[in-house]
Amino acid sequence: MNKESNLNKTNLTKELSHITDTEDIFNRPDVAHIFIHHHKVVQSHLLPGLKVDVKEFEDHIEVSTLVEKDTIIEKPVHMCFGMIPENGIQKMVISTELQENSSASFLAHCAFPNAIDIQHIMDGNIKVGENARFKYLEKHVHGSHGGVKVYPHAVIHLSDNAHYYSEFELIKGRAGVIDIKYEANCEAGSVLEMVARISSKENDIINIKEIAHLIGNKARGFLSSRVAATGNARAEVYNKLTASAAYARGHVDCTEIIKDNGVVSAIPVVEVSHPKAHITHEAALGSVDSKQLQTLMARGLNENEATDLIIQGLLR
Amino acid sequence: MVNLLEIRDLSLSLNGKKILKNINMDIWEGYIHAIVGPNGAGKSTLASTIMGLEGYRNFTGSIHFKGQDISQISIDERARMGITFGWQEPARYEGLLIKDFLKAAAGDKNGDFISEQLNRVGLDPEDYTNRAVDKTLSGGERKKVELASILAMDPDLVLLDEPDSGIDVETLDKMFEVIKEQKKKKRTIVLITHSLAVLKQADHAFMFCNGEIIQKAVAKKVIPYFENKCIPCKHKNIPDEQGVKLE
Repeated sequence: MNKESNLNKTNLTKELSHITDTEDIFNRPDVAHIFIHHHKVVQSHLLPGLKVDVKEFEDHIEVSTLVEKDTIIEKPVHMCFGMIPENGIQKMVISTELQENSSASFLAHCAFPNAIDIQHIMDGNIKVGENARFKYLEKHVHGSHGGVKVYPHAVIHLSDNAHYYSEFELIKGRAGVIDIKYEANCEAGSVLEMVARISSKENDIINIKEIAHLIGNKARGFLSSRVAATGNARAEVYNKLTASAAYARGHVDCTEIIKDNGVVSAIPVVEVSHPKAHITHEAALGSVDSKQLQTLMARGLNENEATDLIIQGLLR
Repeated sequence: MVNLLEIRDLSLSLNGKKILKNINMDIWEGYIHAIVGPNGAGKSTLASTIMGLEGYRNFTGSIHFKGQDISQISIDERARMGITFGWQEPARYEGLLIKDFLKAAAGDKNGDFISEQLNRVGLDPEDYTNRAVDKTLSGGERKKVELASILAMDPDLVLLDEPDSGIDVETLDKMFEVIKEQKKKKRTIVLITHSLAVLKQADHAFMFCNGEIIQKAVAKKVIPYFENKCIPCKHKNIPDEQGVKLE
């Protein structure tokens, strides 16, 4: 059954907002939002200084977002992407620019609750201007089938003294296939922080490839990946941080935890080509700690409940 | 006196070495018991065996709790029957909030037990409820959080391994207060210790040496032996002939 055909824009908005727990934002004039179902915008509300240009096509949607110079958007902009049907492809070409001295945070809710075979493809291009601050949280809500393939790919550029923070989170539901590819260039004095927190199970496959180049003096970068793989899930994390300018500082942190037949691997690559730059890395891979597990079991939780709680904490 | 826990002819070897030798003990309901002795005597091994921890399941003899043989059941099943264990050095959990840790221990219990239990162990709920049970907590704070989780669970039998380890005097006093409260509530506590201060909290004690019980009696009778013979002993875990007199 094609569930989409039974839903008009209002119902789609309602359903998406219900799944993503964003129902309360509609009546808030001070909160900007944009809801995209498949390749159509179903609802939006913008604020002064925030411009969104959308081009809808049959096989993709292009969304260009601009935060104008000196604009400070106080409340997070809610973006809801998703598909209610069981099958299909959602392809989004995203271009986001924060002009100098602007500030905005975006909260992207990605919902595919009924997915049997859905691809969510995002090709992003993000520019954060001088002294601008950009925060992007991408929260996924998937169903229990594992039929979602998510391909978030982005190229990021930080101008001098720009701040960038991104977080990809999938903690509930099946991950399906997740293939993250982000690459960033960071100019002088800029700060970049990329965090991924993913729980995978059954036959889920996770690939994370995050690369950042600290090319300006005093640029700073932090790449952090936390992945849990249970059942037969497999996860591979490739984090690369390079520093080629004086006083550039960075750290790569990767924590992966397995249970059952889960397999995880981590490849942290750090590269320094300036004598006054400094980068560190840390990777911890392993099974659920036995003492943690036994402590919770000694309080009456069974092994699965205890493992879930430990993983939940790790991915917080 | 009602036996809450009965251990009969229990022996356990680890890596080919006999650690526990033919242990027989009764743990009476509503009393504070101490298992006391030098390091390496087998005290923690016995507690781990009672709880059924990993690596301590392959023993001979029997353990009965509330009249039921628990030798073959898992840790969580033992916990659900009413036994729990407090580690000498409690586990750290990255990201797991104290409130979630206590909720997990409390099971289906309702009410504002989080604040209540934190207050009971001397931790301000405002400061601690939303903190993680991780490396940002000191050893003493983790001990208190673990004790709060035990109180939230409210079990019938608590095995506390070296409760005074790594904590300051103030925290220790708080812990003793909680132990006394538990006794008033007719809960049963087994203190695993080599500390005289902890032993003095007990009603009844088992003196361990080299994997054997060399004395069992009301704590008042064991204290002088422990203080005068065991603490200054130059040959740890080689029991003195005179000490082997079970009461």
